[in-house]
Amino acid sequence: MAVGGQHRAAAKRDEAAAPRAGGPQVPVVAGSRIGEPDAALTARLRLLEGFVGRAELVDCAQLALQWLGDELGIVRSVCLVRRAGEHALAVAGWHGVPSAAISGFSISLDDWGNPLVPALTDRTPLFFSAARSASDRRRRPVTPLEDNAFHVLPLGVSGFSEGAFGLLLVGQTATPGAELQWFTTVFSQKLDQIVRQQSLTDGDKQHGRERSLLYSIINAVSDPILLTDPEGRLLIANARALALFTAAEEESEGRRGAVRMNNMLLSSALSSKAIEETGAARRELLLVNPIDGSDLVFELLSTVAEDSRHGSGVVSILRNVTDLRRASEEIEDNYRKMRVAEVLARAESDRLNLIIDSVADPIVVTDAGGGTSLMNAPAERLFTLPRGASASEQRAVQANDAHFSSFIAGMLVSADQRRVGQIGLNDPRTGEAMPVEAIAGKILSEHGELTAVVTILHDQREAIERALLYEQLKQASDELERKVHAATADIAHQNELLRRQAVELEQASALKSQFLQNMSHEFRTPLNAMLGYTSMLLQGVAGEVQPQVRRHLGRVESNGRHLLTIINEILDISRIEAGRMPLQVSRFKIADLIAEVRAELEPIIIRSKLSVTVRLARDLTPVSSDRQKVKQILLNLLSNSLKFTHQGGITILARRNRKEREMTLSVADTGIGIDPNEHDKIFEDFRQLDNSPTRAYGGTGLGLSICRRLAQMLDGRISVQSQPGAGSTFTLTLPTRGRS
Amino acid sequence: MTTKLDRPRVLLVDDYPDAREMYTEYLEFSGFDVVQAGNGIEALQRAADTRPDIILMDLSLPVMDGWEATRRLKADARTAAIPVVALTGHALAGISEGARNAGCDAFVTKPCLPEDLVNEIRRILDHPSDDPRKARRSGKYAKTNG
Repeated sequence: MAVGGQHRAAAKRDEAAAPRAGGPQVPVVAGSRIGEPDAALTARLRLLEGFVGRAELVDCAQLALQWLGDELGIVRSVCLVRRAGEHALAVAGWHGVPSAAISGFSISLDDWGNPLVPALTDRTPLFFSAARSASDRRRRPVTPLEDNAFHVLPLGVSGFSEGAFGLLLVGQTATPGAELQWFTTVFSQKLDQIVRQQSLTDGDKQHGRERSLLYSIINAVSDPILLTDPEGRLLIANARALALFTAAEEESEGRRGAVRMNNMLLSSALSSKAIEETGAARRELLLVNPIDGSDLVFELLSTVAEDSRHGSGVVSILRNVTDLRRASEEIEDNYRKMRVAEVLARAESDRLNLIIDSVADPIVVTDAGGGTSLMNAPAERLFTLPRGASASEQRAVQANDAHFSSFIAGMLVSADQRRVGQIGLNDPRTGEAMPVEAIAGKILSEHGELTAVVTILHDQREAIERALLYEQLKQASDELERKVHAATADIAHQNELLRRQAVELEQASALKSQFLQNMSHEFRTPLNAMLGYTSMLLQGVAGEVQPQVRRHLGRVESNGRHLLTIINEILDISRIEAGRMPLQVSRFKIADLIAEVRAELEPIIIRSKLSVTVRLARDLTPVSSDRQKVKQILLNLLSNSLKFTHQGGITILARRNRKEREMTLSVADTGIGIDPNEHDKIFEDFRQLDNSPTRAYGGTGLGLSICRRLAQMLDGRISVQSQPGAGSTFTLTLPTRGRS
Repeated sequence: MTTKLDRPRVLLVDDYPDAREMYTEYLEFSGFDVVQAGNGIEALQRAADTRPDIILMDLSLPVMDGWEATRRLKADARTAAIPVVALTGHALAGISEGARNAGCDAFVTKPCLPEDLVNEIRRILDHPSDDPRKARRSGKYAKTNG
């Protein structure tokens, strides 16, 4: 039937063209128009221009059918298109047919009885001649073209495996020419483009919907979910996961750091072999909360997702088990605390028992009814009977019980919270009386009811004994204190006496000095006359003196001088003691001083027939000291040597000790010498080992004592080296720079 | 007896007669004219009356002591120029100082041998140009004193 239709269409081409032109020359006109190449080209261009910018199917179809009418003279045409997702052909455009015929027209693709359906699926062109009878109408499909003859041209793109997507119904009898075929091709391509685009857009929309649905699903999951590629790169992540593993540039450094850390932790967890081996793994993952930096504990469930097109990836679901972990830790902690408390409580109870038992004093706990509920070992010894107790023990225990019971009874009826009393108990073992001090306290419940009375009994025997001892000790102490007081008073008295004695001594010393000074004056006055007259007599003032008399006068003179020396030395001592001998420091040469002393004693030296040698060190420098006092010392030392040396010689030696900044002045003799035991004594006052001076200048015994005192005044010292029969060396040591 | 021009006149003031006699005898023996006084008042009178060349003044004197007498002598224009030699048995520091302050020209400690005293007198008389303020010490047995 289709072949027949085609044949008919070709046969009736002119027939269709005639009515369109409205006159007999219409085909010629049409032919000439098409025949003109320029005009045809212009028309084609116009169509193509029309297509450009039209993306709507209907719009495009209307334009195309209008062009058919205008350029090819096809007065009636309809375009049917199968839209994406629809299982029917619907009108996309029409020309020259009433709108009423178009309205609601469509052809279901399931209507295989309709010849247009196979034309679409098989892409077969058809021709239907004009219907002239009812039987004609039955053989042809109902179309908006009604009874008119028409060609059916499938609209499709060559090479497309599927069937045509639309049909073009062209109301003409003539076989479609080259222009119509060109049109069909171009129109098909355009429609195909539009349909494809539309279906593509529709597909995209569908895909987007599904995608957003998927996202909202995974975002709705409260656990972080992520898809990573085999290299660990994040492909898809839900909002929770994004919060953990991504951070924008403008976020704080802390958050970015936390995110970096989380990424590292995740990739290391994912890269571990567990996933590769099992495909799915469950493990714990510790992450950082980027918002507050707290630790988050997740359970990580990773599954390898195979995808043939895009390669495998890893889907990871993180379950936040932080709270769970915390709760479990808390439970564990509480359990531990409870155990500790339990142990402590037990220890406390044990300790209490131990304390009660270890208290040496008896402790008794009595209930509100007066019955004994608890007692420690010492209490048991007082109030319970041991096995095989003797009669005396029984009596003692009974008596104790009675005494204690009456004390407790008194306590129970009284309103006192505490009570202290004395109870006369007996020690059951020894039978001794045992006075105790009972301290009882009531224990009340929360409601103020009496639950127990705790009584501690304190053995008073020891206390009594101690009090006795204390009393004795106190007496002894008092006695001692009295004695100390007395002794102290005595010492104070003695001190006072000593102080007075010291004052008296001081006064006596001052008196002595004054007395000696007065005495020396009184001595000098007569001595002055004696020495004066003697001198005058010796000078012959009173005439010639007989040798005998002259000798006697000489004795008088020497004794007078000796007496004067004694007086002077006594005066020196008293001056030194009274502190009335001031220093007069000057700088002088020691050599000059020695020469002076030697000259002064020259008469005695000559008379002694002793050799006196002076040896001076070369490096001697002038000395700063009290010249008069140094001279006095040297005079004394040399006089002594002369006095106690009978043969041999005397050496005066002056040396300098640079290191010590001192100089020494020694007088060495070959005299009788001094026993070392006596070395200290010779410097004491009024000491002379030989008390019978054999020489005119026999000393007072004060000489060395004065020398020592003078040396001390000069910051120096005097020492002696001597042996009996081996001579003596007296050495004066002086600082080279005396005190100013 | 020589004239005053030949024999220098010494006023010897001492309350101890033996000492006075002894020194007088020796001074006259040595060629001096001696006038004696037993206390300070007497000394002032003798000095005014006899105009001695030098005065030997014991310091411990009855009625008026030597220090006071010396002060008065030095205060009197008639006697101020006469050198005064203090003569004392007190050998204590401060004595000579007091004597100098009183106006004494020299200081001699007893016991002093007559010949030593004469030497001292001659020295002073021979060197009248010596600073009269500068006190001197003399006497063979003189002990230290400040």
